[in-house]
Amino acid sequence: MMLAGISRDELETLYAAYADAADNDLERWPMLFTDHCLYRVVSRENYELGLPLSTMSAESRGMLLDRVVAIARINVHKPRAMRHLYSALRVLDDSRDGTRVASHFAIFESPHGGATSVFAAGRSFDVVVREDGALRFREKVCVYDGDLVSGSLIYPF
Amino acid sequence: MALIDPARAAKPAYARIPYDWYMSDEIYAREQERIFRGPGWAYAALAVELPKHGDFVTTTIGDAPIVLVRRKDGTLAAFVNSCAHRGVRFCVKDRGNAKAFQCPYHQWTYDLGGKLIGVPFRKGIEGNGGMPADFDPAEHGLQTLAVTERGGVIFVSFDRSVEPFEEYLGETMLGYFDRVFNGRELRVLGYQRQRIESNWKLMFENIKDPYHASLLHVFLVTFGLFRADQPARVVMDALGRHACLVTQKGEQKINDATKEMASFIADFKLNGPELLDPVREFPGTTTVVMQTLWPNLIVQQQSNTLAVRQLVTRGPLAFELHWTYFGFADDDEAMTRRRLRQANLMGPSGFVSIDDSEVMELSQNGVSPYAGGAGFLEMGGTGTHDEEHMVTEAAIRGFYKHYREVLGL
Repeated sequence: MMLAGISRDELETLYAAYADAADNDLERWPMLFTDHCLYRVVSRENYELGLPLSTMSAESRGMLLDRVVAIARINVHKPRAMRHLYSALRVLDDSRDGTRVASHFAIFESPHGGATSVFAAGRSFDVVVREDGALRFREKVCVYDGDLVSGSLIYPF
Repeated sequence: MALIDPARAAKPAYARIPYDWYMSDEIYAREQERIFRGPGWAYAALAVELPKHGDFVTTTIGDAPIVLVRRKDGTLAAFVNSCAHRGVRFCVKDRGNAKAFQCPYHQWTYDLGGKLIGVPFRKGIEGNGGMPADFDPAEHGLQTLAVTERGGVIFVSFDRSVEPFEEYLGETMLGYFDRVFNGRELRVLGYQRQRIESNWKLMFENIKDPYHASLLHVFLVTFGLFRADQPARVVMDALGRHACLVTQKGEQKINDATKEMASFIADFKLNGPELLDPVREFPGTTTVVMQTLWPNLIVQQQSNTLAVRQLVTRGPLAFELHWTYFGFADDDEAMTRRRLRQANLMGPSGFVSIDDSEVMELSQNGVSPYAGGAGFLEMGGTGTHDEEHMVTEAAIRGFYKHYREVLGL
């Protein structure tokens, strides 16, 4: 079954590109989404209670770009490196509308001059589509397991 | 040689904050006893979170875990989440519905009012053991707290000598409180929880400090959401323990004031302008009211993003913020969407709040190694009266004036 014509290899490549953009080249991160999209970073608590509040959210590539600009130019924050690991990709559903993919993630935070710690772990529920020949996220909902955010959640999941 | 420099002695003490107060275990213990468990009304929950008989939420006052529960007659009870037997935090869920509360360790059982109703093996087994003959369950119930509710918001107090809530807030603060909690049914949109590695008082200082808002927060300044040259007020209750920062939205334009704000970016435009699409929903021209209520609550009304931020202390060097975002039950879909979008301004990932949580940690980083030092609080003079502008630290001075009295410092 491959209605959207997306192979597992292509999916693995997309998630690797996503982690690379998020960690090493943030300006490229919004380009991995469709123009109209849904991006949410949401706590396990809100997700399980069915509450609509996100910790970070965007409904367009423009809003994702604003996040990138805010991180680079607007917000005051201590310098740090982030590392995203996406794994356990599972195709939940495949149709002409897109491929629904679930994954697990772990995100590490390394303050400059400091020690690395686990910043977050959780699951993502995504919809991947092919647009102009490239795979993009039309939806990405990252549900983090530990409800208590340690410090500030600056970089996207 | 004078023992005290006369120039320094002439300044009111509350215009200085000894850095030691941000890190001392002794001060922290006194704060728990006199502030969080003293005669004040601490925020506990929104009434809409526990509408039905048996509904409960667990929450934390200062660092003390408590349970808040709706009883059969509709009234609320609050008691410590610490078994009267050996102190176990017996209720481990954030929220739920219960007929009774049972400690997992030895199964002591309490009713919804905190009364002890069951002790296994109280009479012993076949003549062996058991509680002494004079054991009276009525003497071993859970410590209860006073509970009050206004506008759908629930407050509790460990000290039953506390004055009525309306007197506790005073007329001015009550007016701003009622402005948001105006009787419309609330709807919870969700929660955020954040741990910040700094002393809890830095959070209150931050929300009582309009001086920083125009300088630190590029986002607020650039989009005119909160800026030093806009009409603004800093108002307090008679004691200085509660305060409000009040202002109204302006334009993104350059003037004399913005020239001094390095943070103003005239050409910055949002790629996703839908983020900022505020509509007026409260009477008057005011668009922002940030209210700090002693000892643990910040009521946030920035444009259409409404939230209560509960301050939970975790020792002198850390605290948590528990944010509950809400709207009203009769909000239409567009308003709910607007509130959810604008929530991007606040919280652990807020375009505005990130600056604060980062700076509070930097404050602690810079204060802890220099415990003999003191913060300097003379912007706008040394007074503790209300002001009709933002270039003042009056509300922080007011807070510390009261704080010193309560702690006997």
